[in-house]
Amino acid sequence: MAALLEVKGLKAFYGQTQSLYDVGFDIPAGGITTLLGANGAGKTTTLRAICNMVRTEGVVRFDGKDLGGMATEEIVRLRIAHVPEGRGTFTTLTVDENLRIAAYTRRDKAGVQADLDRVFSYFPRLKERVQQQAGTLSGGEQQMLAIARALMLNPRLMLLDEPSFGLAPLIVVEIFRIMRRINEEDKVSMLLVEQNAALALDLADNAYVLETGRVVMSGPAAVIKNDENVRKSYLGY
Amino acid sequence: MPAFPKKWLWALLAAAFVVPLLHPLLPDVVSDYRLFLVSTMIIAAIAVLGLNLLTGFNGQISLGHGAFYAVGAYTAAVLMDHLNMPYWATLPSAAIVCFIVGYLFGLPALKLEGHYLALATFALALAVPQILKYKWLEGLTGGVQGIVLSKPEVPFGLPLTEDQWLYYYCLVVMVLLYWAAANILNSRSGRAMMAIRDQYMAADTMGIDTALYKTVTFGISAAYTGIAGALSASAIAFVAPDSFNFFLSIKFLIGLVVGGIGSLAGSVVGGIFYVLVDNSAQALSTFAKNDLGLQFDLSAYTVFGILLIVLMYLMPMGIVGGVYYLARSLYSMRKPQAKEQAALKQRVSS
Amino acid sequence: MEQFLQQIASGLANGAIYACVALALVMIYVSTDHINFAQGEMAMFSTYLSWQLMSWGMSFWVAFIVAVAFSFVLGVIIERVILRPLHNAPVLSIVVVFIGLLAICNSVAGAIWSYLIKEYPSPFPKSSFGIAGVIGPHQLGVVLVTLVVLGLLFVFFRYTPLGLAMRAAAQNPQMARLVGVRVDWMLALGWGLAAAVGAVAGIMVAHIVYLDPNMMGGILLYAFASALVGGIGNPGGAVLGGFIVGVLENMVAFAGNQVEKATGVYIIGNGEKLTVALIIVIFVLTVKPAGLFGRVVVKRV
Repeated sequence: MAALLEVKGLKAFYGQTQSLYDVGFDIPAGGITTLLGANGAGKTTTLRAICNMVRTEGVVRFDGKDLGGMATEEIVRLRIAHVPEGRGTFTTLTVDENLRIAAYTRRDKAGVQADLDRVFSYFPRLKERVQQQAGTLSGGEQQMLAIARALMLNPRLMLLDEPSFGLAPLIVVEIFRIMRRINEEDKVSMLLVEQNAALALDLADNAYVLETGRVVMSGPAAVIKNDENVRKSYLGY
Repeated sequence: MPAFPKKWLWALLAAAFVVPLLHPLLPDVVSDYRLFLVSTMIIAAIAVLGLNLLTGFNGQISLGHGAFYAVGAYTAAVLMDHLNMPYWATLPSAAIVCFIVGYLFGLPALKLEGHYLALATFALALAVPQILKYKWLEGLTGGVQGIVLSKPEVPFGLPLTEDQWLYYYCLVVMVLLYWAAANILNSRSGRAMMAIRDQYMAADTMGIDTALYKTVTFGISAAYTGIAGALSASAIAFVAPDSFNFFLSIKFLIGLVVGGIGSLAGSVVGGIFYVLVDNSAQALSTFAKNDLGLQFDLSAYTVFGILLIVLMYLMPMGIVGGVYYLARSLYSMRKPQAKEQAALKQRVSS
Repeated sequence: MEQFLQQIASGLANGAIYACVALALVMIYVSTDHINFAQGEMAMFSTYLSWQLMSWGMSFWVAFIVAVAFSFVLGVIIERVILRPLHNAPVLSIVVVFIGLLAICNSVAGAIWSYLIKEYPSPFPKSSFGIAGVIGPHQLGVVLVTLVVLGLLFVFFRYTPLGLAMRAAAQNPQMARLVGVRVDWMLALGWGLAAAVGAVAGIMVAHIVYLDPNMMGGILLYAFASALVGGIGNPGGAVLGGFIVGVLENMVAFAGNQVEKATGVYIIGNGEKLTVALIIVIFVLTVKPAGLFGRVVVKRV
């Protein structure tokens, strides 16, 4: 079965500086894949490259369709949701408006309402704060909002960039639990970039390890988690 | 911005001094009217040079240099009219007054950047004619009617016409000012000015007193344009508030952009250019109406406006920059070693 | 007392005009970080257009709608064709382009319609409404039209999906792309709306200041002052700033007139209005750049 997302020979550039040299991986439909690696390895850049937010060379195919040369907003309209580093909250808009803007491209009103209800069931705290300005939410709540917003796109693939960043451990556990639910119940495939390798490997099915812009290791998450050498060399624990 | 080859400058200068003396041979070509026109071009060049010092070399955007031109012109006019000051003495006076005004404007401008500074100077330019018509200044400024002056008299009984003398007077002033500017820009101060333009925070943290440089540059820039204004008061022999409206600042901007931001020689070209277009507006309009079938008059400002926009796309370095690079690339295509030699020469001489 | 009320009323009417132009400026500033120096001339051009349409037989309000719609389209075209390719260019280049637009609008208007001052009709007949001795029908009409336009804009931005998308695109363009918003078109629409609002202001004010290619220069300066007073990033602030500045302008002139009447000494009057605006601009920029309601942006290294 062809993978949902195929990446081959991906290079990425910030201006003249090259950041990714040769990245390749496949994401199967319905699974959770994680990208690991040290700071500066190129994990965030890979997610940005998939959405054409940086200059790229190489092949990225989503459900068989080549994404090369497409504008970011058109890629998103193919139902790829990117939860960026730093959450990307629209701080001056309310929680409600943050969610509604994500449904901007959708035409199915009933589906949008159903998704809104489901999102509030995952994140009851957001429902309590629905008219509040999003910039006043706590870090954990903003992360929940970012994931909720991604869900409102009715995505087939979610790209998550360090969802655990700067959050208290209890909140992180809660968020990861919800991510597992989203994957299983709503059949949303995920590509997860994480610094916290232990957490990521617990959640994911497959893992790829990046180092200075290249994939240096790949395999099922369970295998990588148990390989002490890999853990010590690349993942720091 | 690469320096203009010295040989060409000397040749141009020599020509500039000699050509008017050919009047007896070519009385229609080197006529008094033409010399007067060229004098206004020289004055324009000085004004644009002033603007370039501030915006091109120091990175502070000014849409209001017409204000300093007006201050210089009125200073000269008032001194000549009320105190009978000789015309040549009005230049240093105008320079000092304008330096102070520029410096004072530069102080609050320290807090402003980019669009905001453009906005403040835009506001200044819009308000200038009104300020000049202010009732309490009418005694000095002559209000709406302005002040009538007389053209500089030919000194020492030289066998020159008034227009010829005016031409040499303006030419000498411009050469001196150009030379002074070139020296400033080639010195450590000049490099500090340009460092502020290019990388403000780096310059600041490296210990350059950015506040001092920015305000002094504002003052010097205002002084230059003010001198141009003072010269124009003598040349046109008349000052009135409505000639110093916002459109004057647009002309300076055109001169800056066409000639080249950050190029001294470009300022001269730019000044010559806008006077030329301004004076050819009538002819241009007739041409457009007759030969291009245009139904309406073509104003110089339409040409200016289109040029401003087009140049930002095509030749952001201005005509001088563009021509220079074109010439250099053509030259180096023919002789590979010449390219290395030229590069080496430039590094040694800069 | 009556004279004082008259001054307030006409200050509000002027303020309504400033509010519209200031709002147009702020809309463009919030979405693109640029100051549209050509705003006034664009509005003037649209006003001449409406005059031309009326001289061809259209009624006032039909000409109004057509001219405003045309301005909208023109604004979209200017943004897409002239400004979009330069969006990464240095500030000086962009400022220069705006001045170029200013020069073109002004000179073409002068070329087509000449610099002779023309009368411009008012759609609010002399005897229709108004409070006698305090506010005339046209002035009251100007305030009402302005409030209607502002109300419509408020509803649009607050309650429609497109308005929400435009707000999101202005606030965080990259994130807006990540939810599928076509940010480039949002900017173009913002420009179109700003141009349309400017046109409304121009058409409303033409009866008061008479139609002439240079009519918007002073108004633009006052609009800048208004936007700065309200906080240049704040649309609501811009509107409030417009009314404040309008009333203030009239109060200053009125006070000056009274002083002159009482003492015979002329300090300030109608001839200094631009100077007062200049002082407001410089004062706000240097002393309180965030205005009354805005936020100061800290520059990141």
